[in-house]
Amino acid sequence: MSGEIADAFSRAKARGEGVLVAYAMAGDPDLARSVDVFAACVEGGADILEIGVAFSDPIADGPVIQAASERALKAGSTLRRVLDEVVPAVRERCPHTPLVVMTYVNVVMALGEERYAKLARERGISGTILPDLPPEESLSIRAAFDREGLELIPLCAPTTSPKRAEGIARDARGFVYCVSVAGVTGMRSQLPANLSERLGLVRNVSPVPVVAGFGISSAEQARVVGAHADGVVVGSAIVRAAQADGPDAARQVCADIKQGLRR
Amino acid sequence: MDTQTAPGRFGRYGGRYVPETLVPALQELELAYAEARKDPAFDEQVAQVLREYVGRETPLTPARRLTALWGGAEVWLKREDLAHTGAHKINNTIGQVLLARRMGKKRIIAETGAGQHGVATATACALFGIPCEVYMGALDVERQALNVFRMKALGATVHAVESGSRTLKDAMNEAMRVWVAQVEDTYYVIGSAAGPHPYPTIVRDFQSIIGKEVRTQSIVSFGRLPDAIIACIGGGSNAIGILHPFIGDTGVRLVGVEAGGHGLDSGQHGASLTLGTEGVLHGSRSLVLQDEHGQIIEAHSISAGLDYPGVGPELAHLAKQGRLEVRTATDDEALAAFYQVSRTEGILPALESSHAFARAADLARELGKGKHLVINCSGRGDKDVATIAARGMPAAIRLEGA
Repeated sequence: MSGEIADAFSRAKARGEGVLVAYAMAGDPDLARSVDVFAACVEGGADILEIGVAFSDPIADGPVIQAASERALKAGSTLRRVLDEVVPAVRERCPHTPLVVMTYVNVVMALGEERYAKLARERGISGTILPDLPPEESLSIRAAFDREGLELIPLCAPTTSPKRAEGIARDARGFVYCVSVAGVTGMRSQLPANLSERLGLVRNVSPVPVVAGFGISSAEQARVVGAHADGVVVGSAIVRAAQADGPDAARQVCADIKQGLRR
Repeated sequence: MDTQTAPGRFGRYGGRYVPETLVPALQELELAYAEARKDPAFDEQVAQVLREYVGRETPLTPARRLTALWGGAEVWLKREDLAHTGAHKINNTIGQVLLARRMGKKRIIAETGAGQHGVATATACALFGIPCEVYMGALDVERQALNVFRMKALGATVHAVESGSRTLKDAMNEAMRVWVAQVEDTYYVIGSAAGPHPYPTIVRDFQSIIGKEVRTQSIVSFGRLPDAIIACIGGGSNAIGILHPFIGDTGVRLVGVEAGGHGLDSGQHGASLTLGTEGVLHGSRSLVLQDEHGQIIEAHSISAGLDYPGVGPELAHLAKQGRLEVRTATDDEALAAFYQVSRTEGILPALESSHAFARAADLARELGKGKHLVINCSGRGDKDVATIAARGMPAAIRLEGA
């Protein structure tokens, strides 16, 4: 069960590719059509889907995902509805793709951490990313997730000290999400020069794969970053494409990025 | 299993729920603040600026006509409205900007709702020559034009935040996002006793000067500690500031007044201690206004400073323990209190403080004669006159004035 994420990394590695973790916002533009976007990402080559669940106050997100959050909330998206309506539909259309939820800690707390962990596993979620839950605050949630075999995927930042990064990596489940730039989510023309060093450091101590995210939007960036990580996360570029031109555009973004991840 | 493993906890509340990028900055701040507190030179520097520039100590003024009018306890006003810039906010910004300078930070950012904290931050930055950027909800930029002008005049850059409800909570989100991106050389001055650890502690410590002065002044003025102290609560910085030094004095009743807005049943209010539920907003676990799905609900108050869907974690803890008594006052009650205090004492209280005055009348009667009640007059109402005038003067007041 909980090996689903590990399997996805192994399969990609066997094919000589880096993993593409594709983020889209559940409920944007509405619940049903967001399912099409997730399916399109997998058709485009996404190896893992990151299902964004909207929060009213997304402090880790940039303007593109923030706006997607607002649209999803207007369309009636809630964690419960995403688990009941979006996740099973995505699961049906993409049965071999691990699904990871990304949302904020308050949304999970409101449902109840135990209840969330149980529901998420029942619906086929493999892991969860909570960008406002640093390790010090995560003990109780992680225990609840561990009991259900749901992986709490930690984040590591450019400001994280090597010692702290080691601690985060050692306790990681699923994969380590290395934030490539000090900042919020969003596309960037340039990534920091020392990113490869940081990725190397985390990879050295991490028992699980390491992916880089934040700011990656092109095949070239994916190629550069992918050389030092097991994969990349792409979010804002997919969300923006899907909003502008629908699922086909999201599929194309994923296909382009995937080109950059061929080794 | 509970999550009380992290630093900066007040019972179940507090903590540090922020993106990993900010955690090292908060740890650095925690350390720098602890060192500053151990350094008597830092304390003296803060005290000196408060004395020479802010105008502390602020008086404890007997409100003789309000006492007579309300017919109960003797009423005393802690006059934070007389502090430079017109509100208590300056106590904290002087302290934090000095701390930022000590840490070698090159730039200050802040969020503001009504603009009082923005003005106070811009003022401290002007005084110490540090660049200042203030994030303010676009709606508040419209509502608080006077304070926007003041900040700009003081040399600050004001950014209107267009996301969400375009008010304080969105300004705070935006300031946090900006901070995440520029955390190396930027200091974020939070104005409320909210936010991730160590902010609730830092803000409380700098604002506690209010309560410390009240302790001394009440002994001098009426020979003992007050029987009750009342303050308005939005995020809660003036309240924790005046109340904190009295937490151990069980004979002193501590009372907080939240924004009742259009009434608690209307759904349009800022009463997070009264009607909020446990949640995480802006980096700390506290009581917040949220729906069953964990989405934060927009707060409402006639006073922009109380228009916030969260509250500082220490106040949430004190309220849950029962040490803090929590009441609410509606927009209309605050307005009526504004006119009453203006006409009875010749003091135009801020709309925030007017909420405290609205419930102080009841409290004074409850306490009865021979008791002493201190009201935190946290700011002056000059900034609110456009809002108040736009509502039109109530008929009863017009008659009385005619």
